[in-house]
Amino acid sequence: MSNQITGAQSLVKSLEAAGVDVMFGLPGGAILPAYDPIYDSKIRHILVRHEQGAGHAAEGYAQVTGRAGVCIATSGPGATNLVTPLADAAMDSVPVVAITGQVPGPAIGTDAFQEADIRGITMPFTKHNFLVTDADEIPNAVAQAFHIATTGRPGPVLVDIAKDALQKMTDFKWPKEIKLAGYRIPGEPAAQSIADAAQLIAESKKPVFYIGGGLIKANASAELKELVEKVGAPVVTTLMALGAFPDSHRQHLGMPGMHGSVSAVTALQKADLLITLGARFDDRVTGKLSSFAPKARVIHVDIDPAEIGKNRSVDVPINGDLKAVIKALIPAIKQKPDTAAWWNALDKLKATYPVGYDKPADGSLAPQYVIERIGQISGSDSIYVAGVGQHQMWASQFINYEKPRTWLNSGGAGTMGYAVPAAMGAKVGAPDTTVWAIDGDGCFQMTNQELVTCALNNIPIKVAIINNESLGMVRQWQTLFYKGRYSNTDLNSKIVPDFVKLSDAMGCVGLRCEDPSDVDATIEKAMSIDDQPVVIDFRVNRDSMVWPMVAAGTSNDDIMVARETAPDWDSQEL
Amino acid sequence: MAKHTLAVLVDNSSGVLARVASLFARRAFNIDSLAVGPTEDPTISRMTIVVNVEGHALEQVIRQLDKLINVIHVSEIKPVKSTQAELVLVKVKTNPRIESIISKFGAKIVDQSDNAVIIESTNSVSLNEELLASLKEFGVIEFVQSGVVALSHGSGSLADQTLDIQSISTDRQADYQN
Repeated sequence: MSNQITGAQSLVKSLEAAGVDVMFGLPGGAILPAYDPIYDSKIRHILVRHEQGAGHAAEGYAQVTGRAGVCIATSGPGATNLVTPLADAAMDSVPVVAITGQVPGPAIGTDAFQEADIRGITMPFTKHNFLVTDADEIPNAVAQAFHIATTGRPGPVLVDIAKDALQKMTDFKWPKEIKLAGYRIPGEPAAQSIADAAQLIAESKKPVFYIGGGLIKANASAELKELVEKVGAPVVTTLMALGAFPDSHRQHLGMPGMHGSVSAVTALQKADLLITLGARFDDRVTGKLSSFAPKARVIHVDIDPAEIGKNRSVDVPINGDLKAVIKALIPAIKQKPDTAAWWNALDKLKATYPVGYDKPADGSLAPQYVIERIGQISGSDSIYVAGVGQHQMWASQFINYEKPRTWLNSGGAGTMGYAVPAAMGAKVGAPDTTVWAIDGDGCFQMTNQELVTCALNNIPIKVAIINNESLGMVRQWQTLFYKGRYSNTDLNSKIVPDFVKLSDAMGCVGLRCEDPSDVDATIEKAMSIDDQPVVIDFRVNRDSMVWPMVAAGTSNDDIMVARETAPDWDSQEL
Repeated sequence: MAKHTLAVLVDNSSGVLARVASLFARRAFNIDSLAVGPTEDPTISRMTIVVNVEGHALEQVIRQLDKLINVIHVSEIKPVKSTQAELVLVKVKTNPRIESIISKFGAKIVDQSDNAVIIESTNSVSLNEELLASLKEFGVIEFVQSGVVALSHGSGSLADQTLDIQSISTDRQADYQN
């Protein structure tokens, strides 16, 4: 049996066979056997400073490339630190494969040192997970993990491997085929459903394309554009779908939802048909569900049958791959709906209520202006990665997204601290592209340690900290709903930490900007640096708010364009 | 709310019961009973789950269950075209009148000690409930129920309805990462 290798070697050979070129991780006791063959592997291993960073980096890599992102950690706390990014990846359907070491098989269940039941912990928010205690099973588990993570509705898969399985001798046998009795990728859409959808579209007077993140996962932007132009209906793209359809396109109304544009939110509300492609009627889009798009019939296309009809009843359900469905739908559209009156009303709405902002009266820096200028100067070829909160919403509103996979954020889970490590992963996946993390001062303080990883591994990302010295979105809610009682939202981050010094200490170039007249020069300075990560501390007005807004739990009909200002519905013809 | 009986074919591997239980807990689906055991195929186990949900939610339960990789097939077993039964063992204080009561239910005494008897009844849930109610007066010491198991009538099997297993070559493993 001279061809035998260790389970650890088998693991690395399996990852190579699965096409992995980079992984993000941090070693420890139980995973240590795997790190020996990693030392010799052609796979690039990027040593992070915290396992959460590895998980978000894998997400960033996956969202930019469309390939599975890989992270690796040891047992116990190493594995539990991956929990947040795995939950995040599940909510946003990001293909991630996590490899964790587990205590040796005989020690499992004994509360051994650094033992955590990571399979049990991650069951609710992985697409699937494995506990491997037999070295011979490693290639099969890895092959299945990549298959499950990247096909159908993508998602995170965890492979937990007992240390003794990594140490034992085994034969490496990469499976020739994958057979999973309980896993099925949908085939071609039924011709009848396509015909039904085409008919509803032809009959509609007020159709809207409601586009979700699934469109980007399906790489179906070109097909979508063809369909949309053929039908002539307006398009809204959700937070997860920004870039799926060009923001600059005449038929694009913007983003729907809690902080969506008046035209996008209202178009959904008044529609008689929603052509829903890869979206899931999330509460942040629908507002109060019972009053969402009350007159609309619904075509719902999704690769995950469980999403169809989950929140909203459906007239034409189509389970399938979006690209295949749209391709089938284009020739089936024989008759364009008559949308002249609909467009007339929508165009007026769009012109009356553009997404905009007021500059602070005191002359201080408007956060929206900073973000808008970054988008304009860096352009729509750059990748923008946001944390969670006000800066995320402004980045969704004031940067133009023209292409898929140029906007990354934590949409479903709302994970503060996502931006820096995800931007790191994005830059690794797209090294020739400018990658901006648009971060908040709160978010930045959760995961900025990965800037050390960036500095040491030649991953020159750019970070714009939108420093309003507070947990801004929470503060906004306190302003609006808690009588301005700012309980525990004041971060004092214009005092401590000094973000410029902190960045400098982590091997980055630290810049600061607090005057509107310096914004362009500061951004251009950052653009000129290509061999080091750059961090800019933009000190912005702390009272700026995100508008429009549909307050949580209320109807989309009650959208406010600014504080205590509802749209003037009487002058509209919808 | 209405009760529905689901027959679920699952991989006979570790952790599957936890996955199913976790799904029900997480999505707030109500389980009335759950019984699990082997099937004619040693690699597959069969769960019979009685859920208490409305029509729309039932569809969600089935689709969410079906999403679990270890779940091979889910079917609702309609009461009209199936046999559905549960086993009850009940320990009651000895009384001469017990025999006549339980014979009406087709139940039998399976153990007798000085002061108590154990009665075994395999029946529908409602008849077992009636049986337990009528034994109450004698003093029920303890009882245990198996949960419902169900089989559809006719010559077919659940495995017949299960779609063929998709087989995907790993030749293009690196490519199909899109």
